Amino acid sequence: MNAAVPVPAAAALPAALGRWLEAATAAALFAVDPCGIGGVVLRGGPGPLRDAWLEGLRALLGPEAPWRRVPVQVAEGRLLGGLDLAATLAAGRPLAERGLLAAADGGVAVLAMAERLPTATAALVCAALDRGEVVVERDGVQLRHAARFGVVALDEAVSEDEVIPPALLDRLALRIDLGGLRLAEPPDLGLDAAAIAAARGRLPRIVAGDSAVEALCAASVAFGIDSLRAAQLALRVARAAAALAGRARVADDDVTLAARLVLGPRATQLPASPEEPAPPEDEPPPPPPPPPDAPDASRDDAESRAEQPLEDRVLEAVSAALPADLLALLAAGQPPRGGARSSGRSGAAQRGDARGRPAGVRRGELRPGARLSVIETLRAAAPWQPLRRRERARGSIPGVPASTTTRRLEVRRDDFRIARHRQRTRTTTIFVVDASGSQALNRLGEAKGAVELLLAECYVRRDQVALLAFRGRGAELLLPPTRSLVRARRSLAQLPGGGGTPLASGIDAAATLAVAARRRGESPLVILLTDGRANVARDGAPGRPLAEQHALEAARAFRAEGLAAMLIDTSPRPQEIAARVAQQLGARYLPLPHADAAMLSRAVRSALPSDAVRA
Amino acid sequence: MSVVYPFSAIVAQDEMKLALVIAAIDPSVGGVLVFGDRGTGKSTTVRALAALLPPMRVVADCAYGCDPAAPLDRRCEDCRKRGPGAAPKTRTVPVPVVDLPLGATEDRVVGALDLERALAQGVKAFEPGLLARAHRGFLYIDEVNLLEDHLVDVLLDVAASGENVVEREGLSVRHPARFVLIGSGNPEEGELRPQLLDRFGLSVEVRTPTDLATRVQVVRRRDDFERDPAAFVATWEKQDAALRRRIVKARERLKAIPATDATLERAAQLCLQLGTDGLRGELTLVRAARAFAAFEGDAQVTDAHLRRVAPPALRHRLRRNPLEEAGSSVRVERALEACFGA
Repeated sequence: MNAAVPVPAAAALPAALGRWLEAATAAALFAVDPCGIGGVVLRGGPGPLRDAWLEGLRALLGPEAPWRRVPVQVAEGRLLGGLDLAATLAAGRPLAERGLLAAADGGVAVLAMAERLPTATAALVCAALDRGEVVVERDGVQLRHAARFGVVALDEAVSEDEVIPPALLDRLALRIDLGGLRLAEPPDLGLDAAAIAAARGRLPRIVAGDSAVEALCAASVAFGIDSLRAAQLALRVARAAAALAGRARVADDDVTLAARLVLGPRATQLPASPEEPAPPEDEPPPPPPPPPDAPDASRDDAESRAEQPLEDRVLEAVSAALPADLLALLAAGQPPRGGARSSGRSGAAQRGDARGRPAGVRRGELRPGARLSVIETLRAAAPWQPLRRRERARGSIPGVPASTTTRRLEVRRDDFRIARHRQRTRTTTIFVVDASGSQALNRLGEAKGAVELLLAECYVRRDQVALLAFRGRGAELLLPPTRSLVRARRSLAQLPGGGGTPLASGIDAAATLAVAARRRGESPLVILLTDGRANVARDGAPGRPLAEQHALEAARAFRAEGLAAMLIDTSPRPQEIAARVAQQLGARYLPLPHADAAMLSRAVRSALPSDAVRA
Repeated sequence: MSVVYPFSAIVAQDEMKLALVIAAIDPSVGGVLVFGDRGTGKSTTVRALAALLPPMRVVADCAYGCDPAAPLDRRCEDCRKRGPGAAPKTRTVPVPVVDLPLGATEDRVVGALDLERALAQGVKAFEPGLLARAHRGFLYIDEVNLLEDHLVDVLLDVAASGENVVEREGLSVRHPARFVLIGSGNPEEGELRPQLLDRFGLSVEVRTPTDLATRVQVVRRRDDFERDPAAFVATWEKQDAALRRRIVKARERLKAIPATDATLERAAQLCLQLGTDGLRGELTLVRAARAFAAFEGDAQVTDAHLRRVAPPALRHRLRRNPLEEAGSSVRVERALEACFGA
């Protein structure tokens, strides 16, 4: 490998240093082609290393390249651009301002706290990434601006359910994890902006052979990467690596490097080993390759490796790049966090948007809390300007001296327009499913059926749904609030049954989730499906009397929060204990044996809040 | 982006391409919805469509691009005022394919008071919006499932009436706005409102190709395009031109293809089998089958045509049961087998 891309040597170095060098390599590759490579996801909280990485990238990009920080709660108008009110008022004609994305043209947009980015904002960034320009149709202005930029997404997620919107994640080629990394003096790669600029100049002439394309595509299939973008992005990274190394053609080493960096973090399965056909699911998966930071045994036979077909080498490179914990997950047949398949939290990520149907504007006073509709105010003021200027010039306004300076726009109190929003309080229906053994034996299937019916109901009303299950020793959040029925159904179908009934834990978890939803301004509704036969206490200890006592306590605490709930008794015959839990919950009690589809949906509907108009 | 990826160079995704071609042949089919996986070239394909559309004639000085051949009651107020006698000057323009970008505000979509003229001249004038621009063409909404609810309402209203009515700031404007709605999105990001779903004539599901050779081809072509867009477009220009000619021919042939009783009966049978609501399904099915027959150069509609277009014409019209495990495509396929035999 050429000295310009020194990463393969990193395997012989201490683990931390190796990880850092890999991150630095990613920065160099990204700097060569920010727009083509799309971006870098930078995992890890703020700290000196992250700062060092960002500074290093900035130095590589050179002083002329724009560097724009996008705050997580950025307004659409600021991101895309739109009417520049100040300039418009000063000039007396509509003037547009560039948004952050257009300002990042030719450089980098840094998304702060990308894991909290609302889906709607992410979609705007994605659209700009795809088209290389921003198209704005807002507030009376029409704009079209070049926006060829790369993204650095700062991912500070601490919990599993904080995920960068998948659509954005799909478009960012590189992922770096600096979490937990400690280095006193992070070394750099000895590259500078001039080297990067030279590589960028070489980039358009670099040829990628068919074998490179085939190897990358084959590897993405083998590692279960659905999106076609992965291979495309990997190819661009390989091209950047070749440019950086001063090659005219994409070499095998460029391909393996790109595969490791781009495909490795996206893997959702391990490739079937070539000797045997794909193992059936119940067999143990192939033995995991050595973790990347262990001294790499396969390096010893570097000569023999050169004989291997490129495709095998790519597979090996990707496998070697998989972190140990990811390997364990994959081996267990689970898609990793933020994987291409199903995880993600797009539904919940929409929570920040204060959506509401504008119910028009009205004339109004500027009070605290009122939202001035700038454009409508301007519109209201606009037609009167010539008249008002004449008035002012004549000095016919009481209390206003005559003046001949007529360049300013005159906005008067009568012009103020206040936006009104009709906001449907969004309902979040939280299903709490008892998946214990007693349920699993007879009624889990029926409970699932009931939930599906209710889900259909939620679908019609465009509610958010969340799914909690409790069994064994505790409760588990299977699906955070989302509007995707596809995902709700999937996680429901995968719900296993068996074990004790920790009803108290289930109620506690539901209360926590419901309170969180209420804090976001949603109306939570908890639907509890259980036979009420608690036999696991809060601390996980078995025993029916204590478990029941805890369940009733939990129910009282739940009721004290004033949360809406409904308990569907799923036992073959209505249970006295279930009715009692329902009573303590302040919940409506509905025995499933007597409930049909129509009754269920009526019951849910009656528990729902109605629309409200907010001024 | 100045250079657009050519339509003919798009690998696989035959159903999506066919649906768009059908909409280009017969706009009355009523719009195409493309739903599916990330990174399958949904928006690339839709944006490539513009190059395939043969230009159209418009009244030369009409702000809304009225069709000189259209009856007066389907033209804008200005054209109506001119009356039926005057033969207006005409000119040829490309068919508009208008992008409704995410984040667009309502005033830009429906049109509003022209701010510039109001500010500079103190004149009240109407500035037409995106709906006016899309008249007689295509309106494309990427990420249609993320569209703000109030914009969806506007679209539903205009799509149903073919007319855009603006009442604001003392302005009262109405103008024709007939367009083919094209939407795309990823179902994982959120569902589409049933009313909007129903507006689309054809609905296409796109999947990432699983076969390695196809995947390699997709990546290869995309790479070639990116490295030298102009040369890439030039290589595909011939194919695009051939396809454009085929579309023009199909449009001419369309009128001559009868919707026979036998065809209607077949369509009705199929819809009955599937239990689709309303007559829109049958209507769309027959229209799409005619357009497909015209595209294939056939003189009449056969079962083969119906079979091919039935999945996109019907799969989104099945009785709504979002939780049925067998996908709607499978249900349509089953009904097709029951009706037409395997």
